[in-house]
Parts: sequence; structure tokens; C-alpha cells
Amino acid sequence: MTDGAPAKRGDWPRALRDAGFTSLLAFGLFLPLIGFQTITDLRNELILTTRWPMLFVIVAVVGAGRLVYSLVLAPWLEQRTIRRVSAAPAPWRATAGRWFVPFAIGFVIAYPAIVVAINGLRGSVKWIDNFGIQILIYVMLGWGLNIVVGLAGLLDLGYVAFYAVGAYSYALLAKSFGLSFWLLLPLAGILSSFWGILLGFPVLRLRGDYLAIVTLAFGEIIRIVIINWVDLTNGYAGITGIPRPTLFGIPFTAADDGFTALLGLEFSPIYRVIFLYYIILALALLTAFVTVRLRRLPVGRAWEALREDEIACRSLGINTTNTKLTAFAMGAMFAGFAGSFFATRQGFISPESFTFLESATILSIVVLGGMGSQIGVVIAAIAMIGGTEIMRDLDFLKEIFGPTFDPTQYRMLLFGFAMVMIMIWRPRGLISTREPSVFLKERKTIAADLIGEGHG
Amino acid sequence: MTATDTTLLRVEHLTMRFGGLLAVDDLSFEAGQGDITALIGPNGAGKTTVFNCITGFYKPSEGRLGLRHGDGSLWRELETLTASGKRRLAQPDGKLFQLERMPEYLVTQQARVARTFQNIRLFPGMTALENLLVAQHNRLMLASGYTLLGILGIPSYGVAERAAIDKARDWLDRVGLLARADDPAGDLPYGAQRRLEIARAMCTDPLLLCLDEPAAGLNPRESAELNALLTAIRDQHAISILLIEHDMSVVMEISDRVVVLDYGVKIADGEPEAVRNDPKVIAAYLGVADEDVAKVEAEVGL
Repeated sequence: MTDGAPAKRGDWPRALRDAGFTSLLAFGLFLPLIGFQTITDLRNELILTTRWPMLFVIVAVVGAGRLVYSLVLAPWLEQRTIRRVSAAPAPWRATAGRWFVPFAIGFVIAYPAIVVAINGLRGSVKWIDNFGIQILIYVMLGWGLNIVVGLAGLLDLGYVAFYAVGAYSYALLAKSFGLSFWLLLPLAGILSSFWGILLGFPVLRLRGDYLAIVTLAFGEIIRIVIINWVDLTNGYAGITGIPRPTLFGIPFTAADDGFTALLGLEFSPIYRVIFLYYIILALALLTAFVTVRLRRLPVGRAWEALREDEIACRSLGINTTNTKLTAFAMGAMFAGFAGSFFATRQGFISPESFTFLESATILSIVVLGGMGSQIGVVIAAIAMIGGTEIMRDLDFLKEIFGPTFDPTQYRMLLFGFAMVMIMIWRPRGLISTREPSVFLKERKTIAADLIGEGHG
Repeated sequence: MTATDTTLLRVEHLTMRFGGLLAVDDLSFEAGQGDITALIGPNGAGKTTVFNCITGFYKPSEGRLGLRHGDGSLWRELETLTASGKRRLAQPDGKLFQLERMPEYLVTQQARVARTFQNIRLFPGMTALENLLVAQHNRLMLASGYTLLGILGIPSYGVAERAAIDKARDWLDRVGLLARADDPAGDLPYGAQRRLEIARAMCTDPLLLCLDEPAAGLNPRESAELNALLTAIRDQHAISILLIEHDMSVVMEISDRVVVLDYGVKIADGEPEAVRNDPKVIAAYLGVADEDVAKVEAEVGL
């Protein structure tokens, strides 16, 4: 129906013809689906009923939608494409870009104080925990996966496996040996990157789709091992009572030697939440800092070169095997950090938290944000994870759709919709351009269509 | 054929089979130090296959590929190296390599053989400058303490990186791309991409530079500039060049030696002038039997 001829604003006959055709199509489609309904009555007989009003409403909505599309939306989109080809980037963007990062970092550091100032101590837990910590975990995971997918161009669908390794490493070692969080954090990172290298070795020969499938399988293997190795991991039941982190040995409990008692404050769980918030913030900033540094080091340039052209890399004396392994190991290490933080924050972990859906969520954060872009990942994580949390709060929808309506159940539908929109609107993610790692005179942003996507 | 002291690369009985196809058949030739050696032949003669064998991208079915660094008398040790089964033989006055035993990245890294590709293989999404820095990966990797010290920001890496940028700037200047250093490589015009690829290969500090059709798609003026660039590389840096080329204006003007391949077999080897008049070569290029050359030449007016 959408043929190539240019649509002019106010081309009524054509728009009406389109709308009529679309309505006809909708009528044909929805007549059997919605127009007819079979009901089993009390005598257990099937009765065919009709729902003409509903059918006509739907057909009318479809027709009207098409009318609006042809009259308003299509010409507007076309105008926009023309404008975009000719338009130069606005100067305010450069200024905004320079100040955005310091401002954002300042905001996230001050965030708990702002929230407490607005909501008071009692009302702030939700905002800091569900929004702050939850989003930061995914920002960190997104940045970690960004190294593998965005920089090195290796599609990894089993990233959550390393997250799980980190979480279980911390939980088991802390419970069995009573080691502290701060000692186990680097250890969990090392163990995860070890598994990253272990996965890397067999799959290095694979490229593209094949690599994706094997990493997907690896993620499932780790999860199934966790489920079935009941002696060690307690299977589905998970691990409970995971030790909480302490501030130089001071626990965040209501005990006499606890943080609140020592400072003479009234006990509240908010202090621990704020403490956890700053831990994950520090970890996430560490990830960002290391990634920014890595991009300017030879290994980071080699990753990007690998994404652009692997054969050319080999002709320049770069050992592509080692380069890929470092990318896997580095990405896995940050997942391990995030995993051990996750375990200490929840106090309870089970295989349920490490399903493929998690891998898919992290990957979609990276893809939506724009592969290789740090800020893009942040925006996508806020939209996807924050969006989910907001949906939990939409209680007014229950009054419209009835008390059983749960908006979070539509999360995946909305994600899917967002993905489709991004694919149409910005096929390479929200921020798809690339900043060169080094320059002689002027840092020129590189357009998305020149940048390789990697072939595994 | 015996290797003289001036030989840099020695190809002996090189054979490459792909299933039933014999792409290169018992090819032997030598490339002299400081020479430009051209490898020519009709399409499908096996020239690029020879290149891929020399640079380690293919493992030859048979044959030996010797390369020497340092003193020419080292060639006497080649049999020792072959018998030892090792990749290389290091002695105080130089090193000897057997390239067919090395993976492609070590051919560049240790044996110092760099190459370009017939279809340009730059990193299109990276700037010209970044392309040249990737080529200096191994030295910078060492300077950054294999990344660990680099993350901590040790100053010696900064020094090494500045040196690498200076070197890249120097090469960009020499190939006339200094003004476009910060542009993505994929945005450069075709001829500039060819020159950038040569500059990138040179940034790996090679002793032997293998160029696969560097003049393909260049106009006559660009070809002439390429000639000047290649002779300058040979004369100023004492680098030997191995060249696949169809453009005879390049081959005949700058080559010191020409090797002609046809159907994987060497049909001529010698000075450009001698090769140009070799009836076998003319026959191969015209696609006729040797005895018909005179007739066909008369027909086409050569």
C-alpha cells in the first residue's frame, strides 16, 4: 500500500483511497477473528454470535489511522529525511556534549541526597534501590557487554553466564570461608574472566551467527549446571543469607556496633541502600573509566580494527586470537563484578535471576543505545530498566482495566515495540556515531554508515 | 638455483593445491635485497596465491619460503633451519625464517613482511591516523605493558604513543594525506585509500613489502606518483618490494626484476626488458600458443 510515489500533504483522494483499501483489508482480517464468536452455553452447546459493533469500531480505527498516516505522518517523515540530508549539526549540540558528561556524573553522585530531600528518608528506598541501583547494575552490564559486542564486534548472547559466575563466586566463597565483599569482588571478577577465556578458546574460530549460537548455549549450560549441581549451589532453591558488605568493618544493621548506632542515628534500611548505591556507582564509573582508557590503548584500537576488518588486522601482525580473548575476558570481568554486587545486594540468588531473558535485556540495551557508545548505553538502560520500574507504579491503570491488570506483563511487548521503532528510526542505535580515539588537528565524529558491525 | 648473499626472499618449489586445482606449481624464484621484484601474469595465474603463501595467509602444500634478516652469509644455515623443524634461526649477525611454518601475524611481527590487498582492506570506520596507529600495534602493546600499565597511565606509554603518532604523521605527509588525517578512511577517494594502505603497511616497519596490484584503478597521474613513492621507499628505507601488477607502465619502469606466471607455472624470470620481449610471455598475455605469436602480433599490429 505504501508505494514509492511522493505523498503530498492534503492529497485527499489518494489518502481516502488508501484508507478505504486498508479498512477493507482490516474488515477481511478481523471478520473471522473478531466479528464472529463461539460461546458454549449452559446446555454445553456451541453458539455462534456476532460482534458487529466491535468489528466496526476496529475497522474504523484502522481506516482512520491510515488516513492520518497518509495525510500527516508520511509527508512529515519525508520532509524530515530531506532535512536531515542537508542539515549540518547544530552548534548547541557541541556545547551540550562537552558539559553533558560532568553534569551527568555530578547528578548521579548527588542523586541519593536529592531523593532524600524530596521524599524524606522513609520514602526514598524505592527511588534509590529500584531506580538508582537497578539501573546502574544494567548500565554496568551494558558497558561490559559493549566491550565485547560494540568494540570487538563479537556477538555474545550468553553474557549473563558471567554475571552468574560472579554472583555465585561471591555467594559461595563468602558463605563458606567468611571472606569479605571487598576481597571477593576482585576474585569474582578474575573467576568470571577466567570463564570468559575458557569460553573464548573454543568459539574463536566461529564467526557471526555461529558465535552467537554457541555463546547462547554457553549461557544456558552455566544456568543448567547451577540448577543441577545441588550439592554446591542448592539448585532451584538458591543461596540465602549472603553476607552484606560492610564499611571498613562496620555493618549496616540495627546492632549496637552497626553504622546507625555508632553515628547515633535512628536505624533505617535507607543507609545500607545508599551505601550499596555508591558501591555500584563506583563500580560502574570504574567500568566506564577503564573502557575509555582501553579505547585509547593499542588493545582497544585493535578491538575496533578487528570489528572493522579481521583479515587486515592479521596482515598487520596483530594476534587476533589474543585480541578476541582479551575482549571476552574484559567483558566477563565486569559482569563478574556486577554479579558479586548483585549477590550482596539481594542477599539471595537463584538460577531464576540468570535466564536468557537477562542476556537479551543487556544485549538490547547495547543495541538500542548504539553499539560502542557509552552514553547510548546509559540512555537505553534508563529507558528499559527505569521504564519497567515505572510500569510497576502505574496503579491508575488498574482502575481502568480492572484490578487484575499488571502493566509489567506488557514489558516485553513494549520492548519489542521500542526495538522495532529503533530499527526503523535509527537502525544503528540511539547514538550510532563514533568518536575517534586520537586526532591530529580536529576530532571529527565518524558517521555510522562507515563503521563496521563486526562479523564475530 | 643457489641463493646469493644479496637474496632477501627465496621461494623454492612452492606448490599450492586447492582440492583438485593446482594453483601454483613448483614455483622457484628469488627477490633481491633492495630490489623491486614484480610478479606478473594473466588473470588467474596464481599471483595472489603466491602472495598469500608468502605472507602466511595460506599454508603451501609443498615448498620452502626462506627469508633472511642481516648478513647474507646466513643462507648457508638454511638447511640447518629446515632440519631443525623450527620457524626461525637467530644468530648474532642476523636471523633466518621459514615463512611457510609461521602464522600470518608472525610473518608480519617477526619476519617483518608487510602486505596490501587487491581489494583495499582499510578500517573504514577509523580515521587515517588511527589506521596507521593500529599498524604499530605490537610496539605500542609492549610500551603499554600489555595494557596493564597503560590503564594505570604510565608516562612511558604517552612517550611511545607520541612517537607512533609522529611516525604516522610522517607517513601521512609522504603519501599526501596529512590534511585528511582525521577523516575516516572510508571517506577517502579510491587513490588515497590505496596510498593509505601502503603507508599503513610501511608503519609495521617491514623489510619486505608485498603490494597486490597497487596501481589498480589509478589514473595515469596517480600511477606516476605511485612509481615515485615506491622507488623512494626502496631507495630511502632499503626496503625490498614484491609487486603484483597489471599496469605495465608501473612494472616496466620501476622493477628491477620481473617474474612471469601462467597457470601457476613460472614462464619467465629476468630483467624487465628481457621479459618484455620474451615470446612465451607475449603468448601468455595474448592467450595463444607460442608458435602463433608472430602471426597474432602481425594481426594486432605489435
